[in-house]
Amino acid sequence: MGERPQAAEQTEESSGKKPKATRDAYGEALLELGKKRSDIVALDADLSGSTKTAKFAKEFPDRFFNIGIAEQDMVGTAAGLALTGKVPFASTFAVFETGRAWDQIRLTVCYSNTNVKLVATHGGITVGEDGASHQALEDIALMRALPNMNVIIPADATETTSVINAIADFTGPVYVRCGRSKVPYVMPDDYEFKLGKAYVFHMGKDVNIIAAGIMVDAAKKAAEILSQDGIDAGVINMASIKPLDEETLLSAAQNAKLIVTAEEHSIIGGLGGAVCEYLSEHCPVPIKRIGVNDSFGCSGASSDLLKLHKLTAEDIVETVKSSLNK
Amino acid sequence: MSTATKGKITDIAQLEEISKKIRINILHMLTLSGSGHTGGSLSAADIATAIYFSKMKFDAANPKWEERDRFIMSKGHAAPLIYALMAEAGYFPIETIDSLRKIESPLQGHPCCQKLPGIEVSTGSLGQGLSVANGMALGLRLDNNPARVFCIMGDGETQEGQVWEAAMTAAHYKIDTLCAVVDCNELQIDGAVEDVMGIQPIHDKWEAFGWHAINIDGHDMESIISALDEAENTKGKPTVIIANTTKGKGSVLFEDKVEFHGVTPTKEEFEQAVKEINNG
Repeated sequence: MGERPQAAEQTEESSGKKPKATRDAYGEALLELGKKRSDIVALDADLSGSTKTAKFAKEFPDRFFNIGIAEQDMVGTAAGLALTGKVPFASTFAVFETGRAWDQIRLTVCYSNTNVKLVATHGGITVGEDGASHQALEDIALMRALPNMNVIIPADATETTSVINAIADFTGPVYVRCGRSKVPYVMPDDYEFKLGKAYVFHMGKDVNIIAAGIMVDAAKKAAEILSQDGIDAGVINMASIKPLDEETLLSAAQNAKLIVTAEEHSIIGGLGGAVCEYLSEHCPVPIKRIGVNDSFGCSGASSDLLKLHKLTAEDIVETVKSSLNK
Repeated sequence: MSTATKGKITDIAQLEEISKKIRINILHMLTLSGSGHTGGSLSAADIATAIYFSKMKFDAANPKWEERDRFIMSKGHAAPLIYALMAEAGYFPIETIDSLRKIESPLQGHPCCQKLPGIEVSTGSLGQGLSVANGMALGLRLDNNPARVFCIMGDGETQEGQVWEAAMTAAHYKIDTLCAVVDCNELQIDGAVEDVMGIQPIHDKWEAFGWHAINIDGHDMESIISALDEAENTKGKPTVIIANTTKGKGSVLFEDKVEFHGVTPTKEEFEQAVKEINNG
C-alpha cells in the first residue's frame, strides 16, 4: 500500500491546469480549513501519507489523531470528538472506511447523528495495481443506505475543495469519496458545490448522461463524440448522490429519450441505483447503468482497468448508440 | 425524588439506599414492559449509582452543560439502569420509566441520544462505547476542559475486538480523564463467559494494554468509592475498574441465572424481589 510514482493517466487539459488527484485537493483543503478554524480535527488509520491528511497532521499535530490500523476505533473516536463540538475529518481508504467500520458509522455517526466527516480516498477501480481488496466498488451503496448520511463524489480538484469547505459548514454526517489517480479539471473555476444540487453542463434532447466522480470527464468526452454524430447528449454531474438532486433528474428524464448513468462503482446501489429508484417512481424512462457489473476488480494500470470494465468515453458512446437504436 | 445535580453524596449508607431504589425502579419498568435485560442492569447498579451520585458532575436541567462529566453505557442493554439513574437524578419525571420500550417513548430498548437528552451517544451494538469515550476525552483535552469521562462495559462485551483497539488508543494518548468499568458478572447470553469465549486473565490484559487496573467487589460501596477515587488520582494513564459482580444482583430469583439476561420478572417475581431488596 506504499506510495508509488503515478503514471500520468490523463493528459493536460485545455484549461492549462495539470491533472490532479482529488485526494491531493482534499489534503490541501483540510490544511487550509485547519488554519481558519480551531474546531477542525483530523483522524487517520495509518494511511495519512496516502489520504493526504499528513499535511494537516504536520501543521496541527495536537489536532491530529492517528488511531493506527483500527478503522472501527477511528470512527468511534471521531464521533466522540464531534460530541465535544469538534468537526472531525476521519480518513482512510474507502474500502476500509465504509466496509470495516460500517456498524460503527451506523450507530455512532448516523443513528447518533454526530457531526462526523468521513472523507475516504482510493475509491473505485482506479486504485489500480493494489487490486480488488483495495478497490471500493460498494462504498456508495453502503453509505447511501444509512439514514442521516449525506454522500458526495467530487469530480475534480476544484469540486473537492468546494465540497470540503461546504461540509465543514454543514452540520451532520457526510461521506465523501476521493480518488487516488490524477484526474483532469472538469468544473468551472468559479464553481461552488451545494449539497443536493447537481451541475448541468448541458441538458440533452436525445440522452442525458448522469455521471459522478471521474466518470464526469468520460461523460463530457462521450457527449462531444455523440454530437459529431448528431446526437444531442446532455451531461450532468450528480456529485451529491444523497441527497439526490431530484428536480434536475426529473427534468433530465422529461427532456430526453434515454438516461445513462456513469459511475466508478458497482451498478448495484450506487448512483445508477439511486437514479433508477427515483425515476422508476416519478418519471419512468429507459435507463442504462454504466458501472462495474457486479464483480470485483483486479490489479492493473488504472487506464487498463477502466477499459476492462467498460468505463471509458467510448463505452458510454457505444451504450448510448445501441440503446437509442433499439 | 432528588433533583440534586452537581452535589456529590459521600455517605455510604445513603448511596446504598439509592442503589436499592435504582434496583426496584429497574425491576418496576422491566416488569411493566415485559421485555428487556434484567441481569446486566442489576449487576452494574451499585457501581453506576456510585458514579452518578458520588462522582459525576452534571446538571439534569441542562444536559448539555459544557463542564459536565460524560457517562457512556457501552453495554446498551443495561438501558433500564441508566433510565433509573436519570429519573433519580431528575432528568425526567419518574412516571416516564413506565413507558420503557413503548412506541414513541424516549426510553428506547437501548439508549438513544437523539430521543433522550442526557444520553451522550446511542449504544446497543457492543464494543463501541470506549472509542467514543476516548474521542470525548480527547476533545475535552483540546478545550482544556477538566471534565471526566466514564464508560461501563460488560465482561462479555470485551470479546469485541474494537474494545482492545480503543484500549490501545486510550493508553497511547495517555487519557487519564477516562475511567472505564468492566462489569464482570461472568455470564452472557449463551452461558458462562469463560465457556463461551474466555476473557481471563482480564486484569493482566488491561495492564498489558497500558492501563491502571483495579479489581473490586462491584457490590461493595466502600470499595467502589475508593476505586473511583483511585481512578481520579491516577495520572498519565487511563484506569479500568474490574468490578466483580453478580448478574441479577438483588434477588435469589435472578442472581447468577443466565436465563434472566434478557427475560423480565412476572408481577409476583417483582413483588418478591422488592421485599428481598428492601430487606437486603
